[in-house]
Amino acid sequence: MLAAVLVMALGAIVLGAALGFASVKFRVEGDPLVEKIDAILPQTQCGQCNYPGCKPYAEAIAKGEAEINQCPPGGEEGIRKLADLLGREFKPLSSEHGVEKPKSVAFIDEQTCIGCTLCIQACPVDAIVGAAKQMHTIIADQCTGCELCLPPCPVDCITMEPIAETVENWKWKYPVFPIRSTH
Amino acid sequence: MLNKLFSFNGGVTPAYEKTRSAEGPILPVPLPAELVIPLHQHVGGPPRPVVQAGDRVTKGQRIGKADGNASATVHASTSGLVSAVEMRRMPHSSGLSALSVIIKPDGLDAWGTAKPLDLHTASPTEIRDHLMQMGVVGLGGAVFPTHLKIVPGQPKALETLVINGAECEPFITCDDLLMRQRADTVIAGVALMCQIMKPDRTLIGIEDNKPEAIRAMQQAIEAQHDKRLEVVSVPTRYPAGGAKQLIRVLTGIEVPHGERSTDYGVQCFNVGTAVAVHDAIKLGRPLVSRIVTVSGNVRRGGNYDVLIGTPMRDVVALSEAHADTNRYIMGGPMMGVVMPGMEVPVVKATNCILVGSPKMFPPPPPEMPCIRCGECAIACPADLQPFELYWFSRAKIFGKAQEYHLFDCIECGCCAYVCPSHIPLVDYYRFAKSEIWAREHEKEAADHARERYEFRQYREEREKEEKAARLAAKTAAGREKATAALAVAEQPDGSNNTAEKDAKKALIAAALARAKQQQEQAAAINTAAALSAEQQAEIAAIEARRAEIREVAKPHLPPDN
Repeated sequence: MLAAVLVMALGAIVLGAALGFASVKFRVEGDPLVEKIDAILPQTQCGQCNYPGCKPYAEAIAKGEAEINQCPPGGEEGIRKLADLLGREFKPLSSEHGVEKPKSVAFIDEQTCIGCTLCIQACPVDAIVGAAKQMHTIIADQCTGCELCLPPCPVDCITMEPIAETVENWKWKYPVFPIRSTH
Repeated sequence: MLNKLFSFNGGVTPAYEKTRSAEGPILPVPLPAELVIPLHQHVGGPPRPVVQAGDRVTKGQRIGKADGNASATVHASTSGLVSAVEMRRMPHSSGLSALSVIIKPDGLDAWGTAKPLDLHTASPTEIRDHLMQMGVVGLGGAVFPTHLKIVPGQPKALETLVINGAECEPFITCDDLLMRQRADTVIAGVALMCQIMKPDRTLIGIEDNKPEAIRAMQQAIEAQHDKRLEVVSVPTRYPAGGAKQLIRVLTGIEVPHGERSTDYGVQCFNVGTAVAVHDAIKLGRPLVSRIVTVSGNVRRGGNYDVLIGTPMRDVVALSEAHADTNRYIMGGPMMGVVMPGMEVPVVKATNCILVGSPKMFPPPPPEMPCIRCGECAIACPADLQPFELYWFSRAKIFGKAQEYHLFDCIECGCCAYVCPSHIPLVDYYRFAKSEIWAREHEKEAADHARERYEFRQYREEREKEEKAARLAAKTAAGREKATAALAVAEQPDGSNNTAEKDAKKALIAAALARAKQQQEQAAAINTAAALSAEQQAEIAAIEARRAEIREVAKPHLPPDN
C-alpha cells in the first residue's frame, strides 16, 4: 500500500517537474493567435473596423471582442480565412463598416495641393512625400488605399484611382464555357 | 562517339504538319509602313524608353534602357523616324496595351555603328553587360535574358552545354530552317558560348524528324573541325524540346522540383539564341530580327526573317492566308496563345504565327466531367498528377495545387491533348498560377505595409518620448533657476523678512504688468488699425498675386471649383 502511494507520488513529482520545466523552457512570447490573424488581415491600416489599425483589430478578434466581418478591404475571402482559422461561422461583411471596393491608390492633384502636410500626418504607412508649403505626392507602390488622407485635405485635391489592369498584373480568367445545345 | 540516350516519361505524338512550312528559303519581309516595338518583350523588368517622338534612329540604335540587371535592352529594328512612344495592343492573351516605340521606316534600313566584342580581352562582367546591351534573350519561347544564364569565367563549373534544336511542337519549323540554312552561324554561336562558359562537352539535340538539319549541322561542325561539339539525334516525341525534357534525354539528369539545371552542371540554350549571341559578339549587332514560321490556314507556309515590331498581318500576307481566317495563334497548336488582333507586332518571343480558321481549328467539344481515367498522368512529361491539379485549381484550393507542384507544370498541353473528357486542363493551371502569383504579390505588399505601419508607430512613440524628455529637462532647469534665485534672495539677511516680501511682491506685480502688456499687443496685431501704410500696401500686392495665380490655375482645376 505504502509502496503504491510512494510510486504514484514519485510519478507525480517527476511529471510535474517536467511540465514546469517545459512551461519555462518553451514559453511562447506574445500571442501566436494574434500574429496568425494579423497575417490574414490586408494591412491597409484604414481603421474601418473601428480599431486604430490591423494589429489592434487582430487583438480584439483574438479576445473575442470584435466580429470577423468588420474588414472591408479584406473582403469576403478574408472573412472566410478568418472563419477557417478561428472555427467561427462565416458572416457576410458588416455594412456599417463599409463595402468591398476595387483596390485603388490615392492620387494628389499637384496643381491644387497647397502643401499643408495634413495628409502626411494622416497616412498610416508614410506613403506621402512633401514638406510644409511644398507640393506633396503619393508613393503609389506603398499606398495601401486606406483613404485616411481624404478627409483632412482642406482643398480636396486627393482622389482615389483604381489600380489599372496592365499586361504585367493581368490574370488568366477562370475557364468558363458557354453551354451549347447538343442537337 | 556513341551516346547513351535516356528518355522522359509521358509525352504525346501529335500530327506534326511540319512539311507545310519546311520547304523553301528563309524569305525577307518588306519594310512595313510602321514598326511597333514593345518595350517589354522579355521576362524581367520593363525597360524605359530613351527616345521620343520626332527622333531619328538608325537600325540597331537603343530605344529602351534595361531596368536593372534582370532586364534587356530594346533596339530600333530599322532606321527611320520615331513617330510616337505610346500604348499599343500587345501580342498577349490579355489584349491589353503596353508602352511601345512606333517607328516610320525611312527605307534605307541603315545600321548604326557596330560594336563587336573581343572575347580575348573582355572581362566576364563585360561579356554579360554586352549581351544585355545587345538585347539578347532566349528565342526558344521563354524570352529569359541570356546574360543571366551565361556565366563566364568559371572553368569546370559547367559539365554539359545543351543546345536545343529539338523543336518538338507541331507546325513550327523556324529552328529547323535556321539549322539547315545557317548552320555555320549557329555553330559559330555555339563555339562562342563554349569559349565563354567552357563546358566539358556540348550536345546539340535535334529531333530525328529533321534529318536535313542534323546533316547540315554535322557538316558545319566538320568544316570547322570543332571537336567539342556533338550533334545528337533524339527520338521525336512531344515535348522533347522542353528544356528539362531535353536535358533528361541527353544526359539522364532529372532536375528535381524547385532546383535549376545549373545546380547539376547543365545549361540549355536554343539554336536561335546561339545565332543572336554570335551576331551580338562577332558582328556587334543587337537582336532586331528573328525567324518566324507562318503556317496553318495559308496558301503556302514558310519561314521569314522578320524585323521585331512588324505587324503580324504584314508577315501573314506574304503567305496568303485563306479568306476564312479568323484568328492568329502565336506559337504552336499545343502551347500557343490566341492573339487579340491581327495588327499586333512580332516580338522576340514570336517563333510562329499559326493562322487559324473555324474549319482548321474547330472550337473544342464541350467540357465533360473528369472520369478519373488517369490518361493525363501517363501523358505528363513533368511527372505530375494533372487530374489532382485540375481538381484543386477548379475548386480554387490553391495551397493544395502548389503542394502538388503546380509550378513544375510547363503548360505543354499533353494532358489536355489526351483528355477523353475534353477538359481544357492548361486553362485551369494558368488561372491557378496567376491567382497564386497575385496573392503572393498582395502578401508581400501587406507585409511591407505592416512593417511601415509598425515603424511609424515606433517613430511616433519615440518622438513623444523625446518631447517629454525635452520638456522635463526644461522644467527642471527652470525650477533650478528659481530655487537658486530664491536662495540668493533669502541668503543675504535672514531677519530682513518684510523687505524681502516687498521685493517678491514687486517682482510679481512687474510680471503681471508685462503679461497684460503682451496681451494687449497680441490683440492689436493683425488688425488694420495697427498696420502702417507700407504694410497694407504689401498685403494688397500679395492679394493681387494670389488672384492672378488662381486665374492661371483655373483651367487645371476640376470644373466644380
